[in-house]
Amino acid sequence: MAKISFHHSDGNVDVLDVDPGTSLMRAAVTNGVDGIVGECGGQAMCATCHVYVRPEYLDRLPEISDDEEEMLECTAGPRDETRSRLGCQITVGEDLEQIEVDVPDDQI
Amino acid sequence: MVGIDVFPTNRTDPGAAATRPSHTERPSMNVMTDPENVVVVGNGQAGIQLVDSLRREGYTGPITLLGEEPHHPYQRPPLSKDYLAAGKDPVPLPLRPEKFFTTNDVDARLGVHVTSIDRAARTVALDDGTTLAYSKLVLATGAANRELAVPGADLAGIHGLRTLTDAQALHARLDTVRSVVVIGAGFIGLEFAAAARARGLDVTVLEFADRPMGRALTPVMSGFFADAHQRLGVTLRLGEGIASFDGHNGHVTGAVSTTGQRYPADLVLVGVGVIPRTELAETAGLEVENGIVVDGSLRTSDPDIYALGDCASFPNVHAGTRTRLESVQNATDQARHAARAIVGTSAQLAAEPGTRSGGESNGYSDLPWFWSNQGPLRLQIAGLVAPGDQTVLRGNPADEKFSVFCFRDGTLAAVESVNQPADHMAARRLLAAGRTLTPEQAADPDFDLKTYSKQQPATV
Repeated sequence: MAKISFHHSDGNVDVLDVDPGTSLMRAAVTNGVDGIVGECGGQAMCATCHVYVRPEYLDRLPEISDDEEEMLECTAGPRDETRSRLGCQITVGEDLEQIEVDVPDDQI
Repeated sequence: MVGIDVFPTNRTDPGAAATRPSHTERPSMNVMTDPENVVVVGNGQAGIQLVDSLRREGYTGPITLLGEEPHHPYQRPPLSKDYLAAGKDPVPLPLRPEKFFTTNDVDARLGVHVTSIDRAARTVALDDGTTLAYSKLVLATGAANRELAVPGADLAGIHGLRTLTDAQALHARLDTVRSVVVIGAGFIGLEFAAAARARGLDVTVLEFADRPMGRALTPVMSGFFADAHQRLGVTLRLGEGIASFDGHNGHVTGAVSTTGQRYPADLVLVGVGVIPRTELAETAGLEVENGIVVDGSLRTSDPDIYALGDCASFPNVHAGTRTRLESVQNATDQARHAARAIVGTSAQLAAEPGTRSGGESNGYSDLPWFWSNQGPLRLQIAGLVAPGDQTVLRGNPADEKFSVFCFRDGTLAAVESVNQPADHMAARRLLAAGRTLTPEQAADPDFDLKTYSKQQPATV
């Protein structure tokens, strides 16, 4: 199992234990985490699963693909040059057993 | 010029932050008409977005959302893509989390079929014998798979793919079969073909037209996909429709094409298009033609009834004619627009229902866009392609990363892109803003399309 913590701006935190290979977007959407939508079903096409990854986890993430790079320019909330990622492009598992992100106030 | 809010950009204005109004503290509405009870028929992409948008627009009254399927509302696009990958029981992706309905005070019902609409009484009848009153009714009934009428079409092992139930059956069978025949080289057929091929199965696609995805793509792009699928090992038979199926003990064993060729098949996927679900509208006497006919506010011929998504035929400013679009974008953007119209927050406040005059300047005008992922081939389309468009290549198809720019009457009209998201997003910016470029610029790899697309247009 891997652990994902979604921090909200009101101070609430959703902590999820998920199967390896689960994307942050799918974990959020199936567990009712507020503020993450995933309108395109995880295809890096809609930018509604935008999250800000906490700095201590940044070096363990996969490279940003061309698709993700383009969609990160279209997020509703402001883009953070280092921390912004699409939740559908990050999966937890052996290489990433734990991650913490901040959920934007604006997603859609 | 129409204000087009189709293209999201990073918004840094804190005033724009949309905090969801809580159940008990929504702002009061200062609108002329505050509907009393909204009933939504259909809980797919369009119905769900409509309900979400009604609450975001500040509507506080009752909402009833009726769905025919027994499942919690889920996303369809993944069903022909990741859902079919090998592995243990896949889980559908929900459209919203389950608590969404309680949090937003929506009476959401599953497995409910609406049998008729009584427009005079403003009620709908349900298959459990009860009736529901509405002040506004929204038909988001979607579409149903077109069925084949050829001999053998009712044999076991012949599948459609639209619902979660369909996808569950296919996923289970893909582990046990060897040869797959797909009828129809449209988006669903080819996504399925790519998924089956990825599992190492023998895949044959029969398409009666002379090119794949002929309704939606330019000949150039169709040709690229025909070649690309063949490189992936799919046997693509163009100009061959399905004539009949062979079977043994009630189960399909082969597909016979219109040229008499026989292809072995343990499993058949039929992807020959969909028919809009207009039955309710028809029996209620609403105007129906290639879908439920609506105006620029998504209103039907009855001012209290709206229709949106796959089931609705609407005036499309980008096509210059009425169209019915089958896409996630169309469902969600129409739902957002209709919610504003229902709540009365559009600038159409003063327009009389049913008239078009006051409405035209604020009619639905969102740019259509679309995507299809077929194995390693990620296709994206901005705008709508039309026969006769002048096409210009940007990039090299041999790289499997390129775009086709379509010009109509000297102006950019649509762009198809394969594995080139930067081109797609630039095209969406340009088309949404009503801007164009020259064919020479489109073809020139040194032309900075991205920067050009982000420039603010001169005010009209």
